[in-house]
Amino acid sequence: MHGFANPARFLRIARWLMPLCMGLGLVVAMVALGWGVFFAPAERLQGETVRIVYLHVPSAWLGMAGWMAIAGASFAELVWRHPLAAIAARACAVPGAVFTAVCLLTGSLWGRPAWGTWWVWDGRLTSMLVLLFLYFGWMALAQASESADGSENRAPAIFGLVGAVNVPIIHYSVIWWNSQHQAPSITMGKSAMSGDFLWPLLAAMLGFTLIFAGVVLARMRAILANQQAEARLRRKAFSEVEF
Amino acid sequence: MREAMDPWTFVVASYVIGVGATLGMVAWSLLTMRAAEKRRDESRKR
Repeated sequence: MHGFANPARFLRIARWLMPLCMGLGLVVAMVALGWGVFFAPAERLQGETVRIVYLHVPSAWLGMAGWMAIAGASFAELVWRHPLAAIAARACAVPGAVFTAVCLLTGSLWGRPAWGTWWVWDGRLTSMLVLLFLYFGWMALAQASESADGSENRAPAIFGLVGAVNVPIIHYSVIWWNSQHQAPSITMGKSAMSGDFLWPLLAAMLGFTLIFAGVVLARMRAILANQQAEARLRRKAFSEVEF
Repeated sequence: MREAMDPWTFVVASYVIGVGATLGMVAWSLLTMRAAEKRRDESRKR
């Protein structure tokens, strides 16, 4: 991991990896969504509304994965002071929040025909809403504590680690409490779903994950470029004041 | 009596939101990256 600690080396890799992830992700996601909408069958009980699953599940996965990435980067920041850790955490926040919001909105649109209501205050939906608020809080804290030398990254890093407690709560909420939401259909190594639904769903998850990785790499490049420009302008301003 | 709802209305609305948000985020990340790298390159020239 420390091999990527050098921003120049990271940028060399990100320059080809970012368009590859983004391009491949867009193609795979579009194929998967087309497969889900036009070729996958309707479900016996839910009918056509089951097609929302191909957006809802990948966005739920990426909302949670985004926070776990923030927590992992926060750990690397606090323990190893990795120079790219705080930048990686910042880069994950917006895509994580966007996918969490998409998950909540598509879930609400699925809930209306399936449950007869847009929203219920049960464990799964409420903990997912809390995750969205955690993203907003984290972004506000990271922006407020931003400094040029990166010395003020500790508060968002601690918040990132503490907030990770919500992710297992989201995952196990449908097991621990009575919930309107169904129990997990896909667990490690097995699935309760028919292959007709499972394969386009797995393809959509792969596609959106690649898009997420591409967006994170683009955000990291943007944050690094802004920091380098700021540092250069500051140095120049300082040398002009001295002489 | 059960309320009659067209399921496709909900499916299409979900896809407009999900695909729109994803494409918007991809475009925003690319535009902000290009602007930041242009700013860095200009700061080198000054």
